[in-house]
Parts: sequence; C-alpha cells; structure tokens
Amino acid sequence: MAGLEECEANLIVYLHPSKENCARDAILSELSTLLFTYNETVGGVVLAYDPSILSNLAKIVPGTFPCFGVQLKAKLLLFNPKPDMVLEGEVVKLTPNSIHAVVLGFSSAVIADDDIRDEFKYKIKGGEEVYVSRTHRKHKIKVGTIVRFSMKSFDEEILHISGSLLAPHIGGVRWLDKNLEEWSRADSTATKRNTGDRKLENYTLTTYETSVKSDEQIEKSKKKRRQHT
Amino acid sequence: MGLSNMDELSFTDSELDNHVRNALKDAIQGDCDFYNQLVAVIHRKEALVTEEVALLVTCLKAMTGAVSCVHIVHHRSLLAAILSMSLWDYGTDVMDALVELLISLASSNGDYVDLCLEMLVMNFMPPPAHSARGLSRKIQVLDRVHSTLEDISNLVPLTPLRLQKIVRDKMPHIYMKEHVIMIYAENILRLESGVMGELVGSTGLVALMDKLIEFDVEISWEDIVQDDFHKDMFDIELEDLENPVDDIVQDGDELTRDALIQRFLSSNLSAQKLDSLMVLIFEYLKSCSEGGRLVQVFETLLQSFQKTTLTAYKSKFAQFIMFYACSLDPDNCGKMFANALIDIYVSGLNPVWRMSAVAYLASYLARAKFIPISFVAAMLERMVSCCFLYCENQDDNINPKAHKLFYAGCQAIMYVLCFRLKQLLVIPRLKSQLLLMRIDDVLKHHLSPLQVCLLSIVEEFLRLVKENGIFSLPETLVEHGLLESERSRIFGGIERLDMFFPFDPCLLRKCDSYIRPNYVYWSMVRSTYYEDEEAEGTSDEDVAEGDNGMNIPDGRSHGEGDSDGDEIDSSLDKMSITPRDSSHKFGGRMRRFTQMPSKIRPSTSPESL
Repeated sequence: MAGLEECEANLIVYLHPSKENCARDAILSELSTLLFTYNETVGGVVLAYDPSILSNLAKIVPGTFPCFGVQLKAKLLLFNPKPDMVLEGEVVKLTPNSIHAVVLGFSSAVIADDDIRDEFKYKIKGGEEVYVSRTHRKHKIKVGTIVRFSMKSFDEEILHISGSLLAPHIGGVRWLDKNLEEWSRADSTATKRNTGDRKLENYTLTTYETSVKSDEQIEKSKKKRRQHT
Repeated sequence: MGLSNMDELSFTDSELDNHVRNALKDAIQGDCDFYNQLVAVIHRKEALVTEEVALLVTCLKAMTGAVSCVHIVHHRSLLAAILSMSLWDYGTDVMDALVELLISLASSNGDYVDLCLEMLVMNFMPPPAHSARGLSRKIQVLDRVHSTLEDISNLVPLTPLRLQKIVRDKMPHIYMKEHVIMIYAENILRLESGVMGELVGSTGLVALMDKLIEFDVEISWEDIVQDDFHKDMFDIELEDLENPVDDIVQDGDELTRDALIQRFLSSNLSAQKLDSLMVLIFEYLKSCSEGGRLVQVFETLLQSFQKTTLTAYKSKFAQFIMFYACSLDPDNCGKMFANALIDIYVSGLNPVWRMSAVAYLASYLARAKFIPISFVAAMLERMVSCCFLYCENQDDNINPKAHKLFYAGCQAIMYVLCFRLKQLLVIPRLKSQLLLMRIDDVLKHHLSPLQVCLLSIVEEFLRLVKENGIFSLPETLVEHGLLESERSRIFGGIERLDMFFPFDPCLLRKCDSYIRPNYVYWSMVRSTYYEDEEAEGTSDEDVAEGDNGMNIPDGRSHGEGDSDGDEIDSSLDKMSITPRDSSHKFGGRMRRFTQMPSKIRPSTSPESL
C-alpha cells in the first residue's frame, strides 16, 4: 500500500538514572511513546520500531539531573501518506453522505459525498447499507469490505484521513481486483506500443460516461431547486 | 420569526438537508440568515412543546448529513451551541438525534474529535440547574453517552488515547457537590468495565485513587485532636458511643477524644464525600470479584498504591481500598499486596518509603483476619531474615538515626507478633518455624532495638513473650512506665513513622461496615491472652461484647470474677460476630480518660441485639 516507508534513524534516548538496571526495557518504553504520533523529524507516523543498540557505553548528560544518553540505530516503519496516494481501508460505516473506513487499524478515514463519484449510489439492500456502482452492478462497497481510495488530506494531530473516490479505478477492492485482471488479460494481446494508448482509451471512455451522467444529474437537481424558490 | 419561517416552507428530509447545507455554505460567504435561524433553534431548551422538539430533531438530523460542510471557524456559534447542549435537558428523541450528530461530527474531521469527546464526558454529570429527575433520566442519558463513546471509537480508533486525557482532566474538583463527584466516579468505573476498559479504564481508576488521596490529605484531624498522645498502644480500642455527640458533652466536663473525632468527621464534608466514594469503589470491587476480574483491577490499584498512597504522608483512609480488595481474594490479591510491601522494604530505593512499606505490612498482617496464619509466618520470616542480615555485619551500638530501617523492621516484627503470637504458637509447625527465625538474635543485638522501638509495643511484646515462655529476652525494660522514648522519635524521623499504623480501625462510618467482618480488633486478640482483667478503673474496655451486649461502664466492680469466664468464651465468638454498623474504633492512640460518662452504654441500643 502506498504511504508506508521504512527508514533508518540514528537516535539518542535519554534515560533517567534509576533505569540503569533495566536499560533495554526503558529504551523500548521510550521508543513506544513515539508510536501512533506524527513525528516531524522522521516525517511520518511511527508504526513500528526495531532498535539495535550500538554499544554498552552511554554518555552522561548533565542537566537538572544527569541522564544517560544511549545511542542507537533504529529501523522505523513510517506511514506518510501524500495527497493523491491510493490507500486502502476497511469500511466501518456507510451513511447517505459519507463512507467511513479505518486504515491500517489506527487511522480513521472519511470520504464525504462530494468526493464520491456519482457512479456510486447509496442503497439499503436487505437491511444492509451499500454503495453500488450504477455501471457495474457487482461493484459494491459494503461494511466490512476493503475500499481503495485516493487521499485528499491528512490531519497529523489526530491521524485523520480525508479521502476521495472521484478518480476511476478506485472503489471496492474485491471487484476491482477481479476485473483489473480481466482488463490486463485483454490488454496483454496488444502490442507494447498500443498498450499504453489502449489503456488510456479505456480510461477516457469511462470518465466520459461518468461525466455525462453527472451533468444530467446536476441539471435535474437545478430544475428541482428552481421549482422551490 | 425563525420558527414560522422554517415552518412555512414544508421541506422533505432531503430538501432540508440541502437547505441546511446551503445555509452552511452561505454563512461562509457571509449570508448568515438561515444559519442564524438554525443556531437559534439549537439554543432553545426550556419547556419545549412537541412541534419545537420535532423541529429540533429534524434540524439535528439535517446537520448530521451536512457535517462535511461544517467549518470549525466560520460555524463557531453553531458548533458552540451544539456542544453546549446537555442530554439531561431533553427527551430521548432529541438525545438520539444529538448523539448521531456527535458521531458524525467526530468521524468527519479530526478537529472535532476532542470537542465531541469532551462534550460527552461533561455529560457524565447533570448540568447545575438540573433538577434531579430520578433514575430513568440518568439511565437514558448515561446509556447513550457510553454507547456513543464506543461508536466513536469504532470509527476513530485512536479515541481511547484522547479519552484517557479528557477523563482525567474533566474530573470534578474535591470541593464540588458530592452527587456530582459520585456520578462522575460511577462513569469512570463503567468505562473501566466496558469495552474500552483496558485502555481508558486503568487511567480512570488511577485518577480515582488520586482523588481519594486528595480527600485524605484534606482531612487533617490532627489539627483538632492534639498529637501529643502518650498512650499505651494496646489499650483497648474505644467502643464508639452511639449516642449523638451532644449528649456526651453534657455528661462530662471534657469532650472525649473519640467524640471530638466523631463530631469533626460527621461535620466534615470531605470526610463524607470520601466515605461515599470509597463505598462506591468497594461495591465496584465486589462486582469485579464476582465477575472474575478482580486480579487485573487489583494490579492497577497496587501500582497506584505504590505510587501515591505509599508515598503520601500518613494516608488515613485511602489504603482501606487495598484492604477490602485483599479481603475479597486473600489467596491472590492478599498475598500480592504483602509481597509487594516486603519487596519494597527489602529492596526499595527510598528509605522513607521503605519504612512506610514495613509499617503498612505490619499493620496489614496484624489486622487482616483473612490472611492464613502460615502466610503471616512466611512474611515474618522474611522480615526477620532481612533484619538479621542487616545487623549481622554491624559493629555499631545503639544509633536510632543511622539504623532507622532496622529499627522500623524490628518494631514491625514485634507489632505483628503482639497480634498473632497466640495463633502461631497453637500450630506446632509454625511454632517451630517461629523459634527458628532467630528473633532473639535480632532483638538482643547490640543495636538494641528493644530500647529504640516504641516502648508500648516493646513492653507488650515482652509481656507476651514472658507469658508464653518463648525466646530469651529481658522481662522488662529499664525505663519501664514511660510510654515513649526520645529514641523512637529519632528513628521515626519528622514523619513520625514510629507511630504509623495505617490499618488502625477505619473512622469512616460507611467504610467501616465493609471492613469490619474481616478485621482484627485488639480487643479480640487481647482477651485471648489474659486470664485476669486489669482493674484499671477505666471503662474504656469493651470486653464482654456478647450478643446481649449490656455493659455497664463502671461495672468493673460488679461481677468481675463472673464476667471472666464469659469473657473467654465469648472472646472466641467475637471473631465471628456479625458486627454492628455504626461503631468506630480507634487504635488506642488516645489519651486515657479516667472519667467516662456514667450512664449505661449505648450497647443496649437495638442495633446491638
């Protein structure tokens, strides 16, 4: 998934003198305070760490009370999504106006209805809420399934993602993965030079369809509004 | 104007959604007409009629759909209006619509998460102007608040992290009304036993324990009752006088110390709040025990105890939480507590805390009826071996200041033995364990603990030792008759840890009723030791506490011989008597009064029968 990076960081962990007996545990607990918070220095949300302590010697750093400064190298797993990256998350709630998902188990993502392409329609089928694609009936977004979306913005403090489903080729992952295979099988027979164009053609076709539909809808709703005022 | 405007235009739900959305968007541009009407609708809360309620509900629902258009700066007043609503003021329709809106807000934008969580936590408590409308409203509100918190945490996984901080920060101050504090505490405990319990619960519980210490510190009856007690440690703990305090004043010229304390505590608001809060926690612990989760909760309590209660200066009541928790599960919690204390004494870092820990341990082992005597023996053995190892390499002579840890340990050993010696001697295996512990060597060492430790304890201990013919210790001390020496003051330090017996009888009325069934009173122990009653002329002693308790105070003169036989028999029964509700007992640290009210003791009152 996009947005996940691994990095190596040189860190110094400052330990209180009382922790000298259990330095390793103290280091791990210090590192754990980094978890699930956005860290500007490393440029991402720290999801996991793997420290390797360089030596048993630590510098004593003077201050209000002296601390041990332990140098270590740590491998960090970072989550640093950028706008327009494609992310995936598990859908936890559907409303007529929004889709709520959880990314990587800790980050809450919301896709507002303005950001959901008109291809998807909200329905309640058999007591269950679902977003169904108008063009492909089997393309569904349900609670508990994975949705692929592109990222609009990321709130670093509360780790909240705001996403969008406007671009094509994103939506319910189950259907997408099945059908992308079909598309790619169809494309593989064409020549290399043509493949790029072919794919582009498909892309433009779908967007044209959706944009035409959305225009119609806008006109309809404008008519309705004019009637009321 | 607002109401009629919105009424006249009859909207369908989706149309109203659009309308609200446009209102929000227009407000950003500057056109605040409909927006202001919306804010006005939200603000309305006094005596709403049905139409107004319906309008409010519809508006809330419309806003739920339009949260993506809400802007934290441009729609300040609307957000402020929503977030200042209190579920307590409305019916269930409005409550449901409001919580849906909160969930929607919190999950739509990270900026609103903290605000929504704070609002929900504030809703733990009814608003100040709220008239107590009974249990049904409370259940309606709190059920919704807690389920909303869970719903939000399903959508925003980091909610518990934020909630921890908010729950701690919003805790009411100790000077607030009792019912507010109690209801907030109830909610913390509900969070602890709920889905988020693992994450939020332990922080909440620790915050509660800190609150108990705050109350404890607030109650300083040492100002009222002078701290110059030169008192035999082991005078019988005073029976509480069940009459109201005023009567007592009339009888004697001076207020008894016990009466003073009672009067202070019953008029002291902090004491009452502390009492109620502790009882709430007791009940919760009991339900945890029935649900099989006491051990996890206990681990949190123990950590909190080591951090705040142990380190607080002579905590008076808060430690009884630990006592009660241990009594619910003696095998696990009871032993865990004692082991933690002895570990701190043996290998802790801070000497004051180590002395405090051994004082807690001694008082606990002496007073906890539920601890098996074999465990007491094991703990004693550890204490003695620790002291033995210490003094083995010491060449010094008596030096209270330098060896205060050692003296504290010795005093603790003697204190526990004063209470438990008889029980230990009865079982042959434990008797031989006791005799092998090398207590003689420790106590006869040239560091002279017998001359440094609190004299009343030493005297009582020596008396018992002589009576039972064990150990080979001097029979009496040189400074016989003095109740306290300078030396114990020195080793006790500024904190007077030489006179710290934290599990002396609890003075809080309601708490006491929970503690009593598991508590060892000195009167229970003492009467098993002595065949002869001391004719001291004081009627403090509550000896013949039979089922038909009718003690005549200066009735030492009457039938002392007769009562002896009864007394020994009844003393064994005493351990299993269903205790009275409202007695307080005070651990003997009081001035002995030779004058007592000469009327018939209130043990003739109905409760005792």
